[in-house]
Amino acid sequence: MSILFSGRAAGASSRQIHPLQRWLMFWVQHLRQCIGSLGELWRTPLASLMTIAVLGVSLTLPTTLHLLVKNVQSISGSFTQAAEISFFIKDDATDTQISTLVTMLSADPDIEQVRFISKSDAMAEFQQVSGFGQALQLLDDNPLPHVILVLPRHTQPQAAEQLRRRIEQERIVDFGKLDIAWLERLDAILLLMRQAVLAIALLLLTAVLLIIGNTIRLSIINKKEEIEVMKLVGATDAFIQRPFLYTGVWFGVFGGLLAFLVVELMVWWLEGAIGQITDLYQSHFTLMTMSFSEFLALLLLSVLLGLAGSYISVSRHIRAIEPSGP
Amino acid sequence: MLTFDQVSKSYPGGFIALDRISFELAKGEMAFLTGHSGAGKSTLLKLISLIERPTSGRVLINNVDLKRIRRSQVPYIRRDIGIIFQNHRLLMEHTVFDNVALPLVIEGFTGKEMVKRVHAALDKVGLLDKVRCLPETLSGGEQQRVGIARAVVNKPPLLLADEPTGNLDPELSKDIMRVFEAFNQVGVSVLIATHDHSLVARMRYRTLTLKQGKMINDGLLQYEEPL
Repeated sequence: MSILFSGRAAGASSRQIHPLQRWLMFWVQHLRQCIGSLGELWRTPLASLMTIAVLGVSLTLPTTLHLLVKNVQSISGSFTQAAEISFFIKDDATDTQISTLVTMLSADPDIEQVRFISKSDAMAEFQQVSGFGQALQLLDDNPLPHVILVLPRHTQPQAAEQLRRRIEQERIVDFGKLDIAWLERLDAILLLMRQAVLAIALLLLTAVLLIIGNTIRLSIINKKEEIEVMKLVGATDAFIQRPFLYTGVWFGVFGGLLAFLVVELMVWWLEGAIGQITDLYQSHFTLMTMSFSEFLALLLLSVLLGLAGSYISVSRHIRAIEPSGP
Repeated sequence: MLTFDQVSKSYPGGFIALDRISFELAKGEMAFLTGHSGAGKSTLLKLISLIERPTSGRVLINNVDLKRIRRSQVPYIRRDIGIIFQNHRLLMEHTVFDNVALPLVIEGFTGKEMVKRVHAALDKVGLLDKVRCLPETLSGGEQQRVGIARAVVNKPPLLLADEPTGNLDPELSKDIMRVFEAFNQVGVSVLIATHDHSLVARMRYRTLTLKQGKMINDGLLQYEEPL
């Protein structure tokens, strides 16, 4: 398109070309600039590597913390037994009353599982576990109450607490006991950790944004001469910007991959040590690594950061460079 | 083709670079723009290539008032004007081919068509054999000719040159001028700013002379043999 010379068909449009071909050429152009900016990174390997390393390391920390939270959550998730509620039955309750209650509770939609432990069962278990076997036989009658153990369907502290209060209303129930204090604490700690991860991640990502912006700014200044010439021969700002934006994207891609590799390496390294600890506690805990969707999210975040960082500086600095004279 | 209508340009601080300049360059005409350094030659070229805007008056190219041109349209204007620089302004890390192809790449050319045009432009300036060289390995005159090839590769109707022979010896200057004449003969309007009076007088083209921002001569320059 020529503004000055209406008769003069300028540029590639001067030839009669199919729209599809023009559309293809547009993408060929993009691809060329995309690969070109990769070559540009290759030409300044040290500076590029440093920027990529900064990006990678900055992303590693939030990613690691995220994995940590995820693993702790999975551990706390396996402690659903902890939310078990014990209901102690009054001494004067009859067997029918108890069995009615058990049936009723089994049908309750909020309850996952109900287990009845009779006085005598409890005594037998206590004798076995406590080591007071001989001494207990001296007792005239069994002092232990009947107990109904209830496993709530919803194991969150509030839901469990609500259920406890509701069932406590039953006539034959003396009182219910739910040890939720430590569950609440664990939840609070997890929440704190998640918020800390978010705050740290935000800080680091801001830093990354600024670092990439600055790196791109420097490379724009380095190419001031070239940009001026391009402007003088009729390049639009968008055309000049594109290679720098692609550079940001490449920083993102490589930085994200680096972060992924570092995290995987760290997990692999820690796995042995964690295995030893869990062996000592005789539990079967396997460290959860990054899932594929998490990997993609990390990469996407990293690419977006690179793009945003370069956009911030490109949009200001390329506009500012104007040729000073022929 | 190119019209200046009472154009003035003053800079902050009160310096008047151009003072009510009026002239017209016809389609297919070739003219020189002379004057001492600081007379306003560069400013005049800057107004045409939209690097600067006039303080008052109108600059028209092909009857389009450049005042109408928005910032975002400036690149498209520059694609219609071939500009040749005194210090040639080549990209030193890129080959001769890449330098000449730059305006075509910007306009979206690819593949064979681009190669064909670059080779045609380099052929016109006689540098087809240097297509893979880096500009650094070329002589001053050759570098200037690469600059010319870049300016004409997309066949602009108007060609501006700012001191194209500034650093060259008379023999090379003559060669460069012949290249310009060749383009002029195929219908391109050419405006060459230079302070090389002897060259201007010998070539016998219309000459616009600036002195302290004013136009003091428009027409053939009388050549006076130095005593």
